[in-house]
Amino acid sequence: MPEEKKPEYWRWHEYTWKADNMDWKGHEFITAGVDIGSVSSKALIMVDDKIYSYSLYRTGSSSPDSAHKAIKGCLDGTGMSIDDIKFVVGTGYGRVNVPFAHKTVTEIACHARGANYMNSAVRTILDMGGQDCKAILCNELGKVVQFLMNDKCAAGTGRGMEVVSDLLSVPIGDIGPMSLSVDREPPPVSSTCVVFAKTEAVGLLREGFTVSEVLAAYCSAMAHRVVTLIQRVGIQKEFAITGGISKNSGVVKRLEKELGLEAVKMDPDPQLAGAIGAALFARDLLAKKMGKAAV
Amino acid sequence: MLANYGYTDGSGTYYITIDTDKCNGCADCAKACPQQMFVVEPDDYDEMKALIKEKMRKDVKYLCAPCKPTSGPRRLPCMIACTPEAIEHSW
Repeated sequence: MPEEKKPEYWRWHEYTWKADNMDWKGHEFITAGVDIGSVSSKALIMVDDKIYSYSLYRTGSSSPDSAHKAIKGCLDGTGMSIDDIKFVVGTGYGRVNVPFAHKTVTEIACHARGANYMNSAVRTILDMGGQDCKAILCNELGKVVQFLMNDKCAAGTGRGMEVVSDLLSVPIGDIGPMSLSVDREPPPVSSTCVVFAKTEAVGLLREGFTVSEVLAAYCSAMAHRVVTLIQRVGIQKEFAITGGISKNSGVVKRLEKELGLEAVKMDPDPQLAGAIGAALFARDLLAKKMGKAAV
Repeated sequence: MLANYGYTDGSGTYYITIDTDKCNGCADCAKACPQQMFVVEPDDYDEMKALIKEKMRKDVKYLCAPCKPTSGPRRLPCMIACTPEAIEHSW
């Protein structure tokens, strides 16, 4: 009997985007930001100060391969080659493994810069990534004023959400809406550890809680966990969430409720904040290298 | 910038805060720390600033323990060495 392939519930949407009606030829300021996260790889090309194309893929076992794949996603169909990009900044967890990067900048500085680009009113950024979570305060220029991270434990991270999605056989994109469909909020699972949270989720199922209720419990635990982090830096308006978890309405809604503050919308995609920031840093560095102001 | 290096875990909150607006990059902290936790490097904005070595950020509770007696006066070499008073410990 052929073995049945298990659906990959954790698999999230990978995609690329290109600007229509934008010609890159003849432009001097072509820069790129490559953000190699622990779970997702993002690359973004900027022509002058506009986003030209970007890609978002899953990070593989090799960071250099992921970086190449991400930049290829941006270049395909544009007629642009990697040599046409004048300056590349690498960021994220795998930033030292971007072979074609001219410089690396930490993801903290890049997220602040990228969030500022998407919405200049943002002062507090909560980056909920694949493997860690950071609270960042920035000024009106997108420069970091304070940061705090939680990288010792996986609570409040995308990887934890993937684990739960797989455990409960719920496609990852449905977790948010399902967790919000419950009539009453069940007791939250352990708010300190994703590994124990998984055990607890199984326990709740055995006690007769529905899948939606268990998801609600997990989302509220994740929200509560990061609230303590953000309260430590002190929240300032406007507040934005970046990183993959920003797409999970179950966590975002509960976080907003607990903070009493709504997160601003980030266009085109909050998961791109790091890559946008890196491309902007690349612009500055290119201008410095050429000895003139950026266009 | 207030750079917080460290973590919160089940036992408490452990952060070493470096105020990069006060830090002058003199590296006296790097010389003073018996565990060599500090290093002065260009930061993201290309200024020479002290930071905690990346590999040590997840162990600050244990690495700092020898300088933090449970009783008696507490004199942290890093904080004493830092003339602009840019270093603080949360615990």
